[in-house]
Amino acid sequence: MEIPAIVGGGLIVIGVGIGIGGIGRGAMEAIGRQPDAYGKIQTAMLIGAALVEGIGFAAMFVL
Amino acid sequence: MTVVRSRFFIFILLVISHFDVYSNELEKDIQELEKEIKEYINHHVLDSYDFNLLSYTREDGSKFYFGIPLPVILWDEGLVIFSSSKFNHGKTIAKSGTNYYKLYHGNIYKTDSSGKIYYDKDNHVQNNSPLDFSITKGVVSIIFVSIIMFLLFRNLANSYKKNGMMAKGIGRFFEPIVLYVRDEIAIPNIGEKHYKRYMSFLLTLFFFIWICNMIGLTPLGINVTGNIAVTFCLALLTFIITTVSGTKYYWKHIFWMPGMPLPMKIIMAPIELLGVIIKPFTLMIRLYANIMAGHIVMMTLISMIFIFRNWIGSSLSFMLAFFISIIEILVALLQAYIFTILSALYFGFAVEEEHDH
Repeated sequence: MEIPAIVGGGLIVIGVGIGIGGIGRGAMEAIGRQPDAYGKIQTAMLIGAALVEGIGFAAMFVL
Repeated sequence: MTVVRSRFFIFILLVISHFDVYSNELEKDIQELEKEIKEYINHHVLDSYDFNLLSYTREDGSKFYFGIPLPVILWDEGLVIFSSSKFNHGKTIAKSGTNYYKLYHGNIYKTDSSGKIYYDKDNHVQNNSPLDFSITKGVVSIIFVSIIMFLLFRNLANSYKKNGMMAKGIGRFFEPIVLYVRDEIAIPNIGEKHYKRYMSFLLTLFFFIWICNMIGLTPLGINVTGNIAVTFCLALLTFIITTVSGTKYYWKHIFWMPGMPLPMKIIMAPIELLGVIIKPFTLMIRLYANIMAGHIVMMTLISMIFIFRNWIGSSLSFMLAFFISIIEILVALLQAYIFTILSALYFGFAVEEEHDH
């Protein structure tokens, strides 16, 4: 029940949320510009999201 | 009129939610419930020395387990093998030859005939614990999954000759997935020249992680990829393969990156060296944390059904658990895909030919 640990956990989640939201925004804009490349953009977005989530999980694990 | 109707509906809901289904001995019930929930979550998430599918408490208080005990194989200056039924689910002390072993909190410790556990001042256990090579529940699950995968893909490969270069039956489901792994994961990342050497590893990795994740979603309590030892070994295999197949240009890119000014080269070298270790490390943590977190959330929500004993709490947590299960099915496939594509990416870095930047 340590306050710094709880605050740290919340900050981690905020960071992951902003990161994946930014990736999603870029992916949506790219799909809007070129609807044909939907498959490739979706693949790249998933890889980026998994990398950001990986850091988030690693940090929560240490916490 | 509709506004008044909806307010009335909400009022009725709130009234109903107060009709609790409690028994008379409230306090004892809550404590028993906590113990049972802990045991339920531990059974599903931790490894154990016997393969129990379900257990319940009989009328007279004794527990009934439906499962088989697995062998315990220890190395304690000599090979010691006995069945884990000697532990009797942690209640008795196993005697084998002249050694006594006690199962305490999921670990086996060597002790004397009275089962004494020595603690030091930090409440850590001081007893010796012998080297443990037991066949635990996770080992049996891995063997089971590998036998299934072997039979499935061997039959798929053999069926091409018999059926005129076309798969039949269940093979029709796996053939496009195998081709997807080759065309979208292996060839873009590793390149046309070298991808064939790594295809068998990538295919095994993808299907093993996918099948193990899916099996973990059943109530059988089999948790393979949610075990950090298993994901550590998978990441270790990726690391070994990239290190062994690294060309001269790969190591040159790490230690002495070409095309950069000299101060930057000296700064980049330790960062890249750390990256060599951190990249497989994040593979391990990503898979472990995703699957473990999913299991624990699902178990907790299912336990909440029994903690809220009223109409609205239980039904809401049931629906939430249902939707989380659907998301977990997506996560099972996604994590397998991410692990495979990142491994292919690292292999691609390792076998990259020299080219001008």
